Amino acid sequence: MPALDLPLVAALVLAFAVLMYVSLDGFDLGLGILFPLAGDDAERDRMMNSVAPVWDGNETWLVLGGGGLFAAFPGAYAALLPAVYLPIMVMLVALVFRGVAFELRFKAERSKAVWDRAFWAGSTLATFAQGVVLGVFIQGVNISGHDFAGGAFDWLTPFSLMTGVALVAGYALLGATWLIMKANGPLQERAFVWARLSLFAVGGFVAVVSLWTPLASEAIARRWFSWSHLPWLAPIPLATGLLGLYVVRALARKQEHGPFLGSLGLFFLSYVGLGVSLFPYAVPRALTIWDTAAAPESLKLILIGVAVTVPAILAYTAYNYWVFRGKTGATGYH
Amino acid sequence: MELDPVLLARLQFAFTISFHILFPALTIGLSGFLLLLEVLWLKTGDEAFHRLARFWMKIFALGFGMGVVSGVVLSYQLGTNFSGFARATGNVLGPLLAYEVLTAFFLEAGFLGIMLFGWDRVGRGLHLFATACVAVGTMISAFWILAANSWMQTPSGYALVNGTFFATDFWAVVFNPSFPYRFVHTILASYLTAAFVVIAVSAWWTLRGEHKAAARHGLAFGLGLAAILAPLQIYAGDLHGLNVREHQPLKVAAMEGLWETTRGAPLLLFALPDPKTESNRFEIGVPKLASLILTHDWDGEVIGLKSAPPENRPPVMQVFWSFRVMVGIGFAMLCLAWAGALFLLRRSLERQTWLLRLLVWAGPSGFVATLAGWYVAEIGRQPWVVYGILRTADAVSPVPAGSILTTLLLFIAAYTVLLGAFLYYGAKLVRHGPDVPEVASVPPGAGSNRPLAATPGNL
Repeated sequence: MPALDLPLVAALVLAFAVLMYVSLDGFDLGLGILFPLAGDDAERDRMMNSVAPVWDGNETWLVLGGGGLFAAFPGAYAALLPAVYLPIMVMLVALVFRGVAFELRFKAERSKAVWDRAFWAGSTLATFAQGVVLGVFIQGVNISGHDFAGGAFDWLTPFSLMTGVALVAGYALLGATWLIMKANGPLQERAFVWARLSLFAVGGFVAVVSLWTPLASEAIARRWFSWSHLPWLAPIPLATGLLGLYVVRALARKQEHGPFLGSLGLFFLSYVGLGVSLFPYAVPRALTIWDTAAAPESLKLILIGVAVTVPAILAYTAYNYWVFRGKTGATGYH
Repeated sequence: MELDPVLLARLQFAFTISFHILFPALTIGLSGFLLLLEVLWLKTGDEAFHRLARFWMKIFALGFGMGVVSGVVLSYQLGTNFSGFARATGNVLGPLLAYEVLTAFFLEAGFLGIMLFGWDRVGRGLHLFATACVAVGTMISAFWILAANSWMQTPSGYALVNGTFFATDFWAVVFNPSFPYRFVHTILASYLTAAFVVIAVSAWWTLRGEHKAAARHGLAFGLGLAAILAPLQIYAGDLHGLNVREHQPLKVAAMEGLWETTRGAPLLLFALPDPKTESNRFEIGVPKLASLILTHDWDGEVIGLKSAPPENRPPVMQVFWSFRVMVGIGFAMLCLAWAGALFLLRRSLERQTWLLRLLVWAGPSGFVATLAGWYVAEIGRQPWVVYGILRTADAVSPVPAGSILTTLLLFIAAYTVLLGAFLYYGAKLVRHGPDVPEVASVPPGAGSNRPLAATPGNL
């Protein structure tokens, strides 16, 4: 039996963690992005209450992403983070403000509007910064030896700004479709409108990224368009298109769960598509997962921990969602 | 002036981690207090415990939120500011941090929602279970992160190959020589910090004649705990000091302001250490006492700073004075806790307004002592990031100084606002006090219909 390819397994685990993060924190960041569009203060209360018991757990997947990258691919962690220094710092500060807004907004009276704005600006800026980091990741970073060798503003490109805006639209879609499940009445009506608009934007951005990426990188073009790969890879864009149509229809029929699940599916397929483009790089076009992986005994220890704890984490996370299932009332959880 | 990226990277990390530690310092201990209150409520059925738990949970939620958001920052800052460190130690410390996320952060986050918002949605037993998971989660988190920190102080169980650390024995990595001492010292510090916050708030209510039941319980629990833990902490600190002397003698030399290796070293009460002249100015000390404390022998030998070349010595002034601040506050906390407990036993504490006032002012003492203690540990570790092996200067990221300075200023601005908000809303909660029971027949856990209690943020 061939030995288990530990870096590959660790990369799949990490990819799963990031996917969990994008899916879960995606919708609560999305609610923050949509926050100023709410009709009144009561609607904003309900939007926030719909994620208050779960957002902390959602954001923990981001810590697993960072901590996991450090643990499993220290070489990639050390090379990538200096390359995206400023966007990462902006993301962190933005997450600080939107995170404390959960606590402070409900304690504020006169200053409630301040924390409304902090929640919106923090969520939007954090999402934009994550999108920029994604763009940098797709484009690749300037590496010499095993260290970042570029400048402070290398991350600032038209492409990364575009992916920044694209992710704002994407999270807004997740937030709006989440709200369709959790709200009713006029707020739900609004959420349907937001979902349609953001779906429209997301469709456009997915198309642009799908065309821009292979045009910008010959390696990515070769991967997608070579004849031997086509039968395996063609289903991904095809399924994405079909799922997009499904969400359009689900929204038109005013379904409550279909739009959210469909949108998660869209994220999943786009994510797989990115994976196809970028595999096997941990630092795109410079260092592979095998170049940057931790020592085998370290990876083994991490993966044992993952195998034991992640099923339990998924179970009690699911239980937490179950406890707070159903429509969010106007008065919160008391 | 040329900006030094090493100093800036250190300043930024020191600033963000100093801000962060304030909140775990509070919430580790406070979560234990909440657990105790909930157990008592379930056992006795006394609603006073329930109301008290609900009140302190609001403070806990505020502090925990601050801790979470400032903690996320740190998990990325290791790589943004110290990529050389991340690359060199990833094999050894990476798994420890991964285990912290997997076994602690998810546990806390997964049950925090139920703990804060689930009073009406789950049974009392299950709610207690959620509170217990959060309290235990904070301990597990401290376990892993302190193991990682201790390894940087007293590395063991590794092999160094071409500048990269490889773990040869993970058991030895986790249970490295300074870890047990640091863990006990830090957990006790957190319980004392939380106890003095509870004491201060309760003393303030007592002075104002408000929320009498909550204040009485708070004083009894807080002072009882502090009276037992304060002396234990001094003892644990002494043991920790002996351990430091064994593994990091230069750190002890800086703590004691001792330049020459000396038999019968004095305990300095005051001094201004000067690295240029390699001596102290305005020295006031008790002869031979440092030797007695550190070696348990009047004439025991204590290593001096000059035993190492200047480039291997930690900054003396900061370590020397941080140590004195920590120890001074520690003994002050002991005196206050015992005085308070004494009057409590004689049932006359409520009349001792002088003491109650002191106790209010002592509210932040645990935070200050905790920060001072960490400055001793971390500045005393310099110039190494992994003690004796990897220099801090070789561990920083290839990032321009301008980027670090800009984001340092950003963090200072953001955290100033945040700390202000924490204190402002915390004070507001304290002024409001626990919710008074509206109707005597409200069943436990049913909550109330008052608008103030109607939103999750008011928990």
